[in-house]
Amino acid sequence: MEFNKHKHVVIIYPHPDDESFGASGTITYFREAGVPVTYLCGTLGEMGRNMGSPLFANRETLPEIRKQELLEVAKVLDIEVKMLGYRDKTLEFEDKDKVAEHLKSLLEEIAPSLVITHYPGYAVHPDHNALGAAAVEAVKRMDSDKRPELWAQAISNDRIEVLGKPDIVIDADPIFDKKVQAIKTHRSQAEAMIKRMEQASESSGENEFRKRMRYEGFYIWSFDD
Amino acid sequence: MKPIKMEEVQQKLESFVNKDVYVHLETTNGAYARHFDKKAYNVGAYIRNAKVQFSRAKIVGEGEFHRVGLKMDIGWIYAEGLTHWNVDDEGRLIMAGHDDVGRLMVAIQIGEKPFGQ
Ligand SMILES: [Zn+2]
Repeated sequence: MEFNKHKHVVIIYPHPDDESFGASGTITYFREAGVPVTYLCGTLGEMGRNMGSPLFANRETLPEIRKQELLEVAKVLDIEVKMLGYRDKTLEFEDKDKVAEHLKSLLEEIAPSLVITHYPGYAVHPDHNALGAAAVEAVKRMDSDKRPELWAQAISNDRIEVLGKPDIVIDADPIFDKKVQAIKTHRSQAEAMIKRMEQASESSGENEFRKRMRYEGFYIWSFDD
Repeated sequence: MKPIKMEEVQQKLESFVNKDVYVHLETTNGAYARHFDKKAYNVGAYIRNAKVQFSRAKIVGEGEFHRVGLKMDIGWIYAEGLTHWNVDDEGRLIMAGHDDVGRLMVAIQIGEKPFGQ
């Protein structure tokens, strides 16, 4: 994988922490290759149910806490973050056309060579599927000579069965500490999950966290025109 | 958020009786329940900033788990599984129930000012 062949990467995911769980290894490699990365983060994860473990957030304080965690992770990963201002769990009820135009205008401004988003229909969370669909639509609407490459990330359990193996698999193992640092920066969201992983690792004798987080897979989207 | 003290919550609840108030009511088991367990179901519901009046408000419960009932002219508002509470800077009552790793399962919040959109 030649990371430096790209000139600018835009990540489009709906929640603060999607970038760290899903693509922080990939982001790290792009940054190491000197490629700028911009994260267009759809929502502030206002309706998240993780409140810290031990508990330190509540429904009303969560948005600001997650916003600060996101700004902090931008420093950790050395990326630019733009918050799009949608509300968690409501993206699928927005006008897809409008969201796509919104994304398209941002993409035209940033002019990336690569866009990474969720694979619509195979990304489990309704926000992932909805924003992924809008992102695919936005890229599709761009002039084909200015259109960036698009990588779609699938998460669903049936992804390999239905879509086949991902076209691109990034191994985050060599920079795994960085990935862990990024994930842990989303303290409100990560603490409970890390505890569960530690318990799972104790019973299986393997590092479950590394096992599950090591590979970041993407499908290259093909636009027929 | 701190563990619920029934007397203190009861007092706060009563301060909202017979006033126009805004309620946030929510329950969720997250969007990943079925992803991690094929036998599980994704369920959740919330209503944000329902403007209501109630004539009675009561908290009951055993141990760490509590229930709240609000009696309105033509109906009820109810929440079960509440473990923690707090009063925010705007004087709004924030209550929620969490599992053993701090994940929200249910929330009920009452304020004289609406909650942020
Ligand atoms: Zn997400």
